[in-house]
Amino acid sequence: MSEATANPGPRLPTLLKSQEGIVLALAVLAFALFSFLLPSFFSAGNLLALVRSVSILGILALGMALVVIARGIDVSLIATMVVSVSWAFVIARSGYSLEFALLIGALFAITAGVLIGSLIAFGEVAPIFATLAAGSVIYGLGRTFFFTLEMQNVPPGAGWFSLIGKGRVLGVPVTVVAFAALCLVLHLVLSRTRFGWQIYAMGNNPAAAKITGIAYRPMVVAQYAISALIAYGAGLILASSASAINARLFNSTMIYDILLVVVLGGIGLNGGHGKVRNVILGTVFVGILLNGMTIMNIDYTIQNLVKGVVLLLAIVIDSLVNPRDEQTSQQGDL
Amino acid sequence: MRLLKTTRWLAVACIALTGIVTASAQDKGLENPRSTTFRKTLEGKKVVFLPLSMGFDLTEGWAAVMRQQAKRLNYSFEIRDPAWSTDAGTKALQSLISEKPDLIVAHNPDIQSYARLLAQAQAAGIKVVQINLESNTQTDSYVGADWTEIGEQAAQAVVDKCSPGKGVSTKVAIDTGVPTAASDVFQLDGIYRVLNQHPDIQVVSQQATEYNPEKARSIMDTVLQQHPDLCGAIGIWDNQDTGTASAIQQAGKGGQVFLVTSGGGNKVGCENVENGLFNLYISYNVPLQGEILNAEIARLLLSDSAAGETKTLYFNPLTQITKANVNQRNCWTLDDLK
Repeated sequence: MSEATANPGPRLPTLLKSQEGIVLALAVLAFALFSFLLPSFFSAGNLLALVRSVSILGILALGMALVVIARGIDVSLIATMVVSVSWAFVIARSGYSLEFALLIGALFAITAGVLIGSLIAFGEVAPIFATLAAGSVIYGLGRTFFFTLEMQNVPPGAGWFSLIGKGRVLGVPVTVVAFAALCLVLHLVLSRTRFGWQIYAMGNNPAAAKITGIAYRPMVVAQYAISALIAYGAGLILASSASAINARLFNSTMIYDILLVVVLGGIGLNGGHGKVRNVILGTVFVGILLNGMTIMNIDYTIQNLVKGVVLLLAIVIDSLVNPRDEQTSQQGDL
Repeated sequence: MRLLKTTRWLAVACIALTGIVTASAQDKGLENPRSTTFRKTLEGKKVVFLPLSMGFDLTEGWAAVMRQQAKRLNYSFEIRDPAWSTDAGTKALQSLISEKPDLIVAHNPDIQSYARLLAQAQAAGIKVVQINLESNTQTDSYVGADWTEIGEQAAQAVVDKCSPGKGVSTKVAIDTGVPTAASDVFQLDGIYRVLNQHPDIQVVSQQATEYNPEKARSIMDTVLQQHPDLCGAIGIWDNQDTGTASAIQQAGKGGQVFLVTSGGGNKVGCENVENGLFNLYISYNVPLQGEILNAEIARLLLSDSAAGETKTLYFNPLTQITKANVNQRNCWTLDDLK
């Protein structure tokens, strides 16, 4: 099955006929509107704050995008993130060096990713169920054996660590630089490497990918390991910039915010298509919305309402632009 | 003569012996019937704690103190952990009503959700103590902070720093938690009671952080972009306000923005006062609350009156912690309480 038949109908020349185009237009519109209405919205400082506030979300969304493009989904990202980072902090506070503790945290994240990947690849469990259950297991393990308190402050006496979240490179926060760097790396991986091409092939047609000789199962394991490692990195940046990490994020709506960014940017949940620029678009659009609403001092419940309506619109547009039929629908569809 | 001597010796011996016996009876003391009843009444009773969630300083602290007394007085102490889910908490409460423990210690996620169920529990004969977060139903007892008072103290501190002519401006930001919790609604009332008397103070932002430090950080980051001359900030909970403080420090405005927050007085919060992240930390003192809670549990279990018959409450004293009084007495760690 070629790209042309997977995407129903030829790509229409008008920008507004694709979801990506619509979101881009909305983002530009919101940006123009806020710049016009809110006095200090369009200032270098605020724009940096805007991108920075969603960088962590963006990094997590990159991990999610990698998995979603290969026709998977990873809703255990937050659990992996909070547990591995919190555990690393607990180890560091109990007398080991922070570097050693962070290494253990990274190993834990990778192990979790490999186990989840194996469950999906070898156990043939649907990714949504496997990761949903794995998330609870990881969080439960963490809360039971690794740490009692949900809130972990960054261990004292590690100056270099606070630079990750608080430092600046040429005036740009390290958080933003990290997001940009990861975007570049993932873009190169997806577009220039065999690993990247195989991910698209797996998402487009898993059955064909298997019989054409792709090492399907190891590839699946690798994807979840990478997304877990990305989540760990995002957690370190988050902890460093807020001076603490709260395991309670697992119970928050953050995982839906990540999906919002991915879907909003135009990466279909049925896999096989989408690029890094979609993640950037989704991230920046969510950033513009959140920043504008914070500046306007809009009430919490109304902010949630706006976010919900936007997600709903994105999903409706997604299903209009990429209609589901026998060819594209699949078992375990969300 | 000899006989007389022997009799005399015997008499002396008898007297001496009687003396010893009496003395030893006095050495053994008197049985205190009240102590016996106290212990006997409490023994075997069942107390259940329904927190918002375990795993954070407040609930872990109270649970440690309550568990100690339960162990000392031989009654059972159980925890039903709904892990931040109001839904799970409601279900736990429903099943407790049919299980009928002697007493429930409830920690309310908001002022509405448990209100009816707590009344039902009392109707079923279960005594109910609410801890630190109230619901709309008044029960046998409430132990905890008076959130209105915290709000008033926080607002007053900010007013003192940011009245016209005192700070860089009269601009103040408020970071709330979840808009429906008792800590939010009553505290905001307290804050505005004071601020309404000082119309010069300008609230430039009031945003909910969902207790998430990273969200608090990005909100404060944005607010400082809009209002670089911000003078004061009130945060609703120390756990989230590490983020608020980070944003202020990173903007290089640590000396300018006066940040007030409140919390249970855990050492983690105190560390943040020491290193200058929080300027004022209003503590509601978890170990103290735990002790008062214990006294209330014992009093209610001993009392013959039916559940819900007499309703009482105690707002415990607050401590204002600044750099000057971060000490052993005001700050605690979980290990201290265990």
